[in-house]
Amino acid sequence: MRTMAIVRRVFKQMLRDKRTLALMLLAPLLIMTLMYFLFQNNTTQVASLGVHHVDQSVVNVIDTKNVTIHHYDSSQARKMIKQHDLDGYLTQKNGQLTITYSNSNPTNTSLIKASLQSGLVKLKMKTLVTVTKKQRAALESQQAALKKLTAAQTQATVTKLKTAIAQAQARGDQATAEKLQKQLKQATATTSSSTQSAKATSYTTKSHYIYGSSDSTFFESFLAAFLGFFIFFFVFLISGVSLLNERTTGTLSRLLATPIRRSEIIMGYLIGYGGFAIIQTVLTVVFTITVFKIHLVGSIWLVFLTNLLLALVALTLGIFISTFTNSEFQMMQFIPLIVVPQIFFAGLVPVDGMASWLQAIAHIMPLYYGANAMTDVVTKGAGLGDIGVNLLILVGFMVVLTMLNIVGMKRYRKV
Amino acid sequence: MVTDYVIAKQVSKHFGHQQVLNQIDLTLPAGMIYGLIGPSGAGKTTLIKSILGMEAVDSGTVKVMDTVMPNRAVMAQVGYMAQSDALYETLTARENLTFFGQLMSVPKIKLAQMIDYAAGLVDLTTQLDKRVSGYSGGMKRRLSLAIALIQDPQLLILDEPTVGIDPELRQQIWTELNKLKDIGKSMIVTTHVMDEAERCDYLMLIRHGIALAEGTPAALKQQYAVDTIEQVFLKAGRMQDANDGNR
Repeated sequence: MRTMAIVRRVFKQMLRDKRTLALMLLAPLLIMTLMYFLFQNNTTQVASLGVHHVDQSVVNVIDTKNVTIHHYDSSQARKMIKQHDLDGYLTQKNGQLTITYSNSNPTNTSLIKASLQSGLVKLKMKTLVTVTKKQRAALESQQAALKKLTAAQTQATVTKLKTAIAQAQARGDQATAEKLQKQLKQATATTSSSTQSAKATSYTTKSHYIYGSSDSTFFESFLAAFLGFFIFFFVFLISGVSLLNERTTGTLSRLLATPIRRSEIIMGYLIGYGGFAIIQTVLTVVFTITVFKIHLVGSIWLVFLTNLLLALVALTLGIFISTFTNSEFQMMQFIPLIVVPQIFFAGLVPVDGMASWLQAIAHIMPLYYGANAMTDVVTKGAGLGDIGVNLLILVGFMVVLTMLNIVGMKRYRKV
Repeated sequence: MVTDYVIAKQVSKHFGHQQVLNQIDLTLPAGMIYGLIGPSGAGKTTLIKSILGMEAVDSGTVKVMDTVMPNRAVMAQVGYMAQSDALYETLTARENLTFFGQLMSVPKIKLAQMIDYAAGLVDLTTQLDKRVSGYSGGMKRRLSLAIALIQDPQLLILDEPTVGIDPELRQQIWTELNKLKDIGKSMIVTTHVMDEAERCDYLMLIRHGIALAEGTPAALKQQYAVDTIEQVFLKAGRMQDANDGNR
C-alpha cells in the first residue's frame, strides 16, 4: 500500500519531468543510432605511401586497396613525410628497399607493413611461377613423346590380343577368350587413366559462419555491451540524482516521519524507477533490433531479462552511491569512478586476455556479467541455462545493495 | 485514555563532543500549545526529532501516546511539519496531500474528505490543483501544515511553522492552531520569534541544549520580573553565561 503510494508518486514525478523522461528514453536510441553508423562499414582504412625510384613491379604489388601510392622526386623520407602528411616513404637503392614510417598512426604503419610484406612475397612467387612454367613446358614435351610411344605400344598389344581372342573364339575355347578379354580391357584402361593425370588442383574457399553472417559488423558484436552500458548508465544517474534530491529537499526526512518502513521506501523506488527501466530497455532493444535489422540469435526475452536485472543493479547502486554525495555535482563525480570503468570489462576487450589482477577487477563489475550474458544471447543464442550463473550474480548484487540501502536509511531514522 | 501525549524524561543527546540536549524534561498534556523557544542551534529541532523517534537519544526516555519511542506505528498519530518545506514541487498540492495521506494510512474513502478539511483549514482549497512549484513561500508553508493535519492527528509537532511568513498570514496560522487546540489537540511549536512565544500556553526556553526556564508566559515574566518574553529570554541567557563563566 505505502510502497504503491511511492511507486505512483515516482511515476507522476517522472511523467511531469519531460526532459528527464526524454533523456532516459530517447538518449539511448540516439547513441545507438550514432554507433550503428560509426561501426556500420567494415571500413577500409587507407594509408598513404610515398615512393621514390622504386621498381614498377614492386610498386604494382604494394598498391592495394589499403595503400595509396604517391610518387615523389626526393629521397629525403623524413622531409617528404612531414611535407605531404604521408604514413610511410619507400625508397630503393639497387636491390635494397628502405622504408620510413611516420608511425603517428600505428594502424596505418601496420597496413603498409602488411602490404609491403605480402607484396614482396607475391613478387617472389611470380618469379617462382615463371621458372616453374618453363620447367613444366619441358616436362610436357617429354610427356607428349612418352605418350606417343605408349600409345603405339598399346595399339600393338591391343591388335595382338584381339587376334588372339578371335582365334580362341574360333577354337571355341571360351576360358582363354575371357582371360584375354580382361587383358584387353586392362590395356585400354591404362591408356585412358594416363591421360587423366597431371591436372592441377585449384582451390576455392567457401565460408560458413556459425554466429552471424558475412555481413556481421563491429556494431553487432559490441551491441550487447553498449546496450547494457547505456541502460546501466542512465538508470544509475537518474535513480541516484532522484534520491539525492529527495534527501537534499528534505522530503526523505519527511517521508521517514511517517510510519513507512525503510524497506517500503526502497521497494517503492525499485518498482517505480524499475518500471521506467523496463520501458527504456524494451524501447532500446526493439529499436535496435528492428530498425538496424540486427540478427538476434537467442531469445529476445532473455535480452530483456538480462537488461532488466542490470538496470535494477544500476538502480540500487545509484541509490547507494547517492548516500555518499551532497549534490548533483558530487553524484557526477562518481560516474568516471563507478560507471565508466565498467565499459572496459563489458566485452570490448576480451577479459580472458587481461592481466590476472584486471580479471579480478572484472569480476566485481556488474556490467561484466550482464554484458557477457547478453552478448552470448545475441550472438551465440545462449539459453537461460547458459547465462543462469551470470543472472544469479546480478541478482546477488541487487540483493546486497538493496540491503545496504535499507540499512543506510537508518542514518535518517532509527527505526 | 491518554492524558499526557508526550512525556520526555532526562533526555540527553550529543553529536561528537557537542552536547545538544542536556537532561531535558518535557510533559505535554492534551489541549495545550507548548512552545519551545531558543536561538538557532539551541537543540529545538533535535528535541523534536527525538520525540518523533527519528533521533536516538543517548540517555533518558521519550514516551508518545504512552509508547516508548522510537516506534514506527505511533508516528501515524503524530502530525509533523518540518522546518523546511519538504514538498514535491512537480506535483500539485492535492497530489502531495494524497501521497502523505496514503503513507499515513488514511482510508481511501476518507482521504478526499480529509484533503478538503486540511486544505480548508489553511485556506488553500482553491489552489489545490496547482503545482507546488508555482506556490509562494507562504503557500508552501501552509501546505506543509495541511500535510501535518492530513490524518487528523491528536498531536502536532510543528518546527518553526511561521518562519518566512508575512504577519497577516502568521496571524491566520495562529488562529488555526488555537482552533485545533480548542477541539482537544495538543501541539509542540518551536519558534525563535518572541512575540509568538506569548501565544503559547506553556513555554520552555532552550539554550545550548539546556532547559533554562519553563512555565506559562505570565509566570515566566513574573519570575524574571520583566515585561516581555524577550526580556525573560535575554535575562535567562545572561544568567546562563554568567554561570558558565563562574565555572
